[in-house]
Parts: sequence; structure tokens; C-alpha cells
Amino acid sequence: MTGSTVPVLALLGVSKSYGAARALVDVDLQVHAHEVVAVIGDNGAGKSTLVGALTGALVPDEGEVLVDGSPVTLSDPSVARGLGIAAVFQDLALCANLDVVENLYLGHEAQRGPLLDEVTMEKHAWELLNQLAARVPSVRVPVAALSGGQRQAVAIARSLLGEPRVIVLDEPTAALGLRQTAEFLTLVERLRERGHGVLLTSHSLADVQAVADRIVVLRLGRTNGEFDAARTSYEELLAAVTGIQR
Amino acid sequence: MNDLGLAASTWQRLRTGDLGVLPVAVVLVLIGLVFQALNPHFLSADNLVNLTQQAAATGVIALGVVLTLHVGQIDLSVGAVSGLAAAVVAVGSVQLGWPLWLAVLAALAVGVLVGSIYAALHTRLAVPSFVFTLAGLLVITGLQMRVLGPTGSVNLPFEWWLVRFCQTAFLAPATSWAIVALVVAGYAAGRVTDRVRRVRAELPVAPLWQVVARVVALAAGLSVVVAYLGTNRGVGAVFALFVGLVALTDLMLRRTRWGRFVRAVGGDAEAARKAGVPVRRVFVSAFVACSTLAALGGVLAVGRLAAANQGSGAGDTNLTAIAAAVIGGTSLFGGRGSAWSALVGILVVQSISTGLTLLNLDQSARLVVTGLVLAVAVTIDALQRRAREA
Ligand SMILES: Nc1ncnc2c1ncn2[C@@H]1O[C@H](COP(=O)(O)OP(=O)(O)OP(=O)(O)O)[C@@H](O)[C@H]1O
Ligand SMILES: [Mg+2]
Repeated sequence: MTGSTVPVLALLGVSKSYGAARALVDVDLQVHAHEVVAVIGDNGAGKSTLVGALTGALVPDEGEVLVDGSPVTLSDPSVARGLGIAAVFQDLALCANLDVVENLYLGHEAQRGPLLDEVTMEKHAWELLNQLAARVPSVRVPVAALSGGQRQAVAIARSLLGEPRVIVLDEPTAALGLRQTAEFLTLVERLRERGHGVLLTSHSLADVQAVADRIVVLRLGRTNGEFDAARTSYEELLAAVTGIQR
Repeated sequence: MNDLGLAASTWQRLRTGDLGVLPVAVVLVLIGLVFQALNPHFLSADNLVNLTQQAAATGVIALGVVLTLHVGQIDLSVGAVSGLAAAVVAVGSVQLGWPLWLAVLAALAVGVLVGSIYAALHTRLAVPSFVFTLAGLLVITGLQMRVLGPTGSVNLPFEWWLVRFCQTAFLAPATSWAIVALVVAGYAAGRVTDRVRRVRAELPVAPLWQVVARVVALAAGLSVVVAYLGTNRGVGAVFALFVGLVALTDLMLRRTRWGRFVRAVGGDAEAARKAGVPVRRVFVSAFVACSTLAALGGVLAVGRLAAANQGSGAGDTNLTAIAAAVIGGTSLFGGRGSAWSALVGILVVQSISTGLTLLNLDQSARLVVTGLVLAVAVTIDALQRRAREA
């Protein structure tokens, strides 16, 4: 499926330390269009740091981020966004005091002259949320009043605005119930069909095996193997995640 | 919704602070009625005109405080900045012989400069704003003394335009009514276009009677104020300027991208940054706007008193402006509030002050009462925050 095409988004020898803690060590990674890549690893393996490096939330100490094969400096999430890379962070990065529409469009507000175009934004917000089969009571309630799963839906809907080429999701299923997880996985498949590249991180091997084309295992900041999802057993993945040799 | 449901939902909105400045406006009316009962002169048109004129300068400063509180910061030096601005106007125009407009511009430039320094300290070094603005308070007070020089006090001639604007300029009745008509028409037009667009987009709309009720309430409220003040000297130019600035700030906070960014940064700066908000620029705009409004407040104060001295902008002004913003209902925790809280808040503080003076109580009573009201306001703010998080 990935073929020999140039990856839309790639990391080359990326390292990142927080003081003495080495969160990422010499990591290579590619995401192609029409592909779902899953990154799995234990708590503290470096998944969120990897997502940060891919989406401009943090700048790696060493190594390169490539978009369409050419090196870029993602100094800020808005830079990444401009290059077609959207992110759903683990903490969701929603402003609890703003309502759903305000959060969805934060940083990309529709305007009519000098003023905000609330009508257009509100209408499109409903369309986006319906497309995700997300159920929120109203798009005009502050996000503080939503459940964890509803907030997640808002964050995912926000990442879909403006048709990004790659969507990077950090632990998207962590706060979801069974049915919402199933719906989310269907959505990921739809995104792949529409030609987006998707990278998601997870703890749940089952979820990942259900949807991913490729699975990259992170362990203590290093890549500990890359697997074809269709041909890898649960036990093999578990071994790679925990580092237990068989 | 039945009566019980309505009462419950109103109580819920009150508890979480979703009613905005409305509760404080009710408190303001109550304060007016209490003082009127104690002294029949309190609600006289003459007294209310004085009250509005006195509130304007500090109110402009409070408006700046509202902006810094919105981004979750505080500027403790606004009084000192206003004092320095007053000194610059007086010394520049009277002692150095600059044209008055130039002295005013120089004073505003001081505000811009101070705000830029604060913004740089905050965004580059991440120092908490209450620390560096406290340092700024000392430095700026020192500069104010230096600018004023050994005499420590400079008077402005009464015939200068700034003094006349702040003391004796009132809107002509025709002008007042024209403004009322324009505001009401503009508000109604905005509401109706909004409603039409929402209907076309098949979005839920408020019932038509609510739109009509709001327009009628606005028209009635403004008319009563203008008519009643009109039985005396009318609406003061400086008060009109203050209200105009509040309305403009309100529009910018609620209906422009900048306003949305300000609220987002105040709610959660890191989340806003990840969403692509230029967080640094937002902080810069808030600090600069705050100090500049403080400087403008100082300019208006020097016009009102026709003098600048070492007491200009000292302790009292600082605390009054900050207290007014909080009493008016802008949260100390960032991301919540309204430009109107500067107006309502300063009117509460000024009413208490005027009312107690009418009762022949001195400064000490005024400070104690204002302090208690501020304490109540802060407590309510904290309780509302807890209710929102629960
Ligand atoms: N801001 C930070 N300051 C210091 N150390 C950090 C910081 N963020 C992460 N780390 C460290 O970097 C390592 C990788 O963290 P990261 O958050 O990327 O892990 P993760 O795989 O996302 O974990 P989880 O599954 O718990 O989300 C951890 O050892 C963590 O302690
Ligand atoms: Mg993580």
C-alpha cells in the first residue's frame, strides 16, 4: 500500500531530551498518503514527544522533519498546520472556557469584514460533528461542560478543518467508550479512503491492529521494530512493547 | 420551561457566572436605592452627573485592567502609569511649552512603552506579571516625582481644551439623542441581520419577541439615562468617551478574532498556542492596551483636576481601578469577563464613595466599605469558578 512514493511526513534521526531524560533517540518514521500508521509503546515511551515533533508543538534537538521529502522547521503548531499537518494532542488542547464552535475554529476563524462570522462557523461546526457522528448537546456550550468523549470528538473535528493531508492523533481512543471507539476506527478508515495519511498512538493493541497498516513500536525513546499489521500477532507486538525476549 | 425550571436554570447561571454583568448591575441599582433612602440628594440629576464625570478617568483605567485580567494577568501599576502620564502632560505643556496635543501624545506614548516592557518581560522571561508590575509601580512612581520636579505640583490653565473637555464639556441634547438613536438602530439592525442569516442557515434562533424586547429595553434604558441627566447638565463629554471606549472594547472582545484570542489565552495559554493562536502577540496587545488606557486615564484626570501633583494616580486610583474591574465581574482567573464590568464596577465604587461622602462619612469609611465589597466580589468569583469546574 505504501509503495515507493515519497512520504508526506517523515522523521529522520530525530532525538529529543528533557534535561537528562532522553525522550526520543534517533527515531526514523514515515507517513504516506492513504496510510494509517500506529505508534505503540508503554507509558513514557516517547509517543507524545514524537507527536510533538511531528506537529510543531516542540522542536527536536537533533534530526530532521521532512514534508514531501524536504526538510522543514516546524517552529510552531500553526506552521505545521499551514503545511497540512493537523494534530489532536493527548491533552486535546481545548480551551475549557470557550464553546464548541469557538474551539473548533480557534486560530482559523471565519470572518465577515472585520467581525467574526459566527453563522458560517456554527453551521459548519454542526456539519463536521455530524460527519463524526459526534453527539454534543449544543455547539454553544463551553467545552468545560462536555464529557471526555465529547471533548475528544471536538478535538478530532477541529483537526479535520481545512482538509489536512496528515492527521496526527495522540491516544485518540483513551477516553472513548466501546461504541465511540468503534465509530472512531471507522472514521480513521474513512480518512484513509479519502487519501489522508493518519498517524495515531495508542496503548490498545487491539484497536491498533484493527485499523493500522503499519505499526511502529517505541520503547524507551527508541524504535523497537516496525510491523505489518496484517501479518503480526498480538504476542509479537506485546513482546516488542515490553522488551521481553521470547 | 415552567417557573421552577426557569428559577433553577437562572440560579445555575448565576452560580457559574454566566449572567455576566447583569447581577452587578442589579447590585448597583440597589446601592442607589439604599443611598437615596439615606439621603434624598443621592439620585438627583445633579449628583448623578457629578458621579459620572468623576468615574470616567478611573473607569478608563479599569477598562485596561479588564483586558489584562482577561489574559489571566494583572497590572498593579496602572495608577502609577496614570500619574506619570498626568505629570508628562502638565510638565510638558506648562513648563516646557509643548503644544498640548503633543504633551498628550507623549503621555500616551509612555503608556505604550511601559506596556511593551511588561509584555517583553512576560513573554520572554515568563516572570509573573504581579511581580514586575509591582516593581514597575515603584519605578514609575519615582519617575513621576522626578518629572514633576521640586515643586511637586503643576497647574493647567482653565481655558485649555483638555480642561474644558474634562470639566465643562457636555453633549448637546440633540447630539445625545442622535447617538441614542444611532446606537439603538445599529443594535436592532445587527440583531435582525444576524437572525435572518441564522434562519437562512437553518440554525436555531431566539424567538422574535426576545429580539424586540432587547431592542426596546436598550432604547428605554438609554433614553431614561439621557433624559434624566438632561434635566441637569446632561451627558458629560468625558463620560461619553469612556462609555464609547467600553462599547468598542466589548465589540472587539466578543466579535473579533483578537477578542477570541484574548479569551482563549486567558482560558488556557498552552492550548491556545497549540491551536495556532499567536500567544505572544496577544499578551503584548493586552499589556500595551492596559498601560495605554491607564495613561489615557491619567490624561483625563489631569484635565479634570486642571493639575498634576505627586498624589496623581497614587494608591487610591490604583486600587480603585483594579477593584472596579473585579467588582464589575471580570474574573481574576482569566478568560472570563466583560468590558462592561469596567463601567458597572467603577459606578459601584464611585456610588459608594459619593454616597458615604453625602452621609458625612470620611475617607476611612469609604476605604473599608470598598474593601469589603471587593472581598465579596473576589469570593463570588472564586465560588463561580468552583461551580463551573464541578
Ligand atoms: N515536559 C517534560 N519535561 C520533562 N520530561 C518530560 C516532559 N515530557 C515528557 N518527558 C519525559 O519524556 C519521556 C517520554 O514522555 P512522553 O510523554 O513522550 O511519553 P508517552 O509515550 O506519550 O507516555 P504516555 O503513554 O504516558 O502518554 C518520559 O520519560 C517523560 O517523563
Ligand atoms: Mg503521551
